Amino acid sequence: MAADVAGARRTPWVLLSPSLATISLLLIIPMMFIVVYSFWLRTATGADQVGFFLDNWIEVLGDRFYRDILFQTFAIAFYTTVICALIGYIPAYFVANTPMKSKTFLLLMLMLPFWISYIIRTMSWINILGASGALNTLFVSIGIIDEPIQMLYNQTTVVLGLVHYLLPFMILNVYVSLDGIDKNLTEAAQSLGCTGFQAFREVTLPLSFPGLAAGSLLCFVLAAGTYITPVILGGPRDAMFANLVFEAIVTQLNWPLGSALSLVLLALLGALVVIYTRYLGVDQIAKSFK
Amino acid sequence: MMSGWSLIRFATILVYLFLFAPVAVVILLAFNANQFGSFPIEGLSLRWFEALWNNDAIVRAFKTSLLLGALTSAISTTLGTMAALAMVRYDFPGKRTISTLLVAPILIPEVVLAVALLLFLQFLAMPKSFGLLLMGHVVFTLPFVLLVVQARLVSIRRDVEEAAMSLGATPIQTFFEITLPLMMPAVMAGMLFSFTISFDDITGTLFWKPGGVETVPTQIFAMLRNSISPEINALGAVMVMFTVALPLIATAIARVASARKIRANATPD
Repeated sequence: MAADVAGARRTPWVLLSPSLATISLLLIIPMMFIVVYSFWLRTATGADQVGFFLDNWIEVLGDRFYRDILFQTFAIAFYTTVICALIGYIPAYFVANTPMKSKTFLLLMLMLPFWISYIIRTMSWINILGASGALNTLFVSIGIIDEPIQMLYNQTTVVLGLVHYLLPFMILNVYVSLDGIDKNLTEAAQSLGCTGFQAFREVTLPLSFPGLAAGSLLCFVLAAGTYITPVILGGPRDAMFANLVFEAIVTQLNWPLGSALSLVLLALLGALVVIYTRYLGVDQIAKSFK
Repeated sequence: MMSGWSLIRFATILVYLFLFAPVAVVILLAFNANQFGSFPIEGLSLRWFEALWNNDAIVRAFKTSLLLGALTSAISTTLGTMAALAMVRYDFPGKRTISTLLVAPILIPEVVLAVALLLFLQFLAMPKSFGLLLMGHVVFTLPFVLLVVQARLVSIRRDVEEAAMSLGATPIQTFFEITLPLMMPAVMAGMLFSFTISFDDITGTLFWKPGGVETVPTQIFAMLRNSISPEINALGAVMVMFTVALPLIATAIARVASARKIRANATPD
């Protein structure tokens, strides 16, 4: 019997050990490694000089170039998140409250974009906004403009592409929290004299806040770490932080500098996640997987 | 009040349009006969799909993506399911910390994850390879599998297992005869999810892939850098059909299979 108890105590660890080993070896140790690596120095010959140098950090934290791109990255992520929250709330509210029988179908449609390739969804905007895209062709043919106008390759199109990519995350998170609200609460508020809108503002909106916050966190973190969208839909001046990291690591092969750059991004976004979990908990995000 | 609701419905339709219209345009242009593959539409044709089929680089990228996706989903579903079982079925010290640790790859920006793994393995003198690509894909699909399987596992009742054990089944027998069949839909969902994430990934893949190896998304990315060719739209259409049709078909098969099984179990033998 004693052996049984010991066995039962061991079982979860046996089950967990492959995943824990994978995450430790391929994520935790590499993360610690780049912390150390960011203090090394890439010499002119291309070899790494082992030691404790602050040069990379001084460059990353002191150089205006990096700071400007960091601000730009956060601005893009911020616009994206706000727009996602504003236009994502409506369909989430509709699907959660619709009396229609097609609710399952509507939900499936909300999930569908997750299955459609990110790069395809990003490049599809070239077909809409490009010089020979749908809008320009339409405008020229009805005579609003004579020549195709340049609508692509600026910060707005980067935000547009990101909103299109991240909106489903927002809708799903908001939907999950709206769907969990007891309908009696709004009815009670209305029977006590609230108008429909007041009931929404005083009851529904505050109760859906956890979903809105979870969706916003996801949108912001994913937008701020994005690499592909600015390359495809942005102009040469719309680089984001991940583009700098890629440039440093893959193009310049300056790995210590690339490490320091990635750590800055991680620290800033990590701080957001920590603040969020302190107040709201990770569980909210896990909910949308049910 | 009704007008408020119609306004919401109208706005909802607009948002759905915003989500799906660009993708619809990709599919439409893929069938366009126009020689530049752009507007105006000059009739329907399969010429771009034919060009795709004859493009060796794309066919090779497709094979790489399929192999990578299949291996990734096999490995991370196995690991993730085991971990999910431990998390749902057992209590042990440090459970919260371990839970956070295992979902960490979702919380870390993919670029950072990609850099860390790449530089660490380069430091260990392991060059970029298909193996590195596979390891990377396993790391960032694992938490998704864990969350998906865990969420569904909670709803499986324990008393069926306890009944089997009390009737004399060993824990191993119970697992393979009772638990595994009951978890199968959850496991399938995890597999599908990890396959799709792997098949669609581009950011990490760009960091990890060795020169000359392309997956479908990196191939599209490389082609986009030259110009938007009609072949890309055709490839996009194939990708959409592949990533949308596959889960739908799989769900349908799972539903039919489980319905049949329930019926088979219901009939006494």
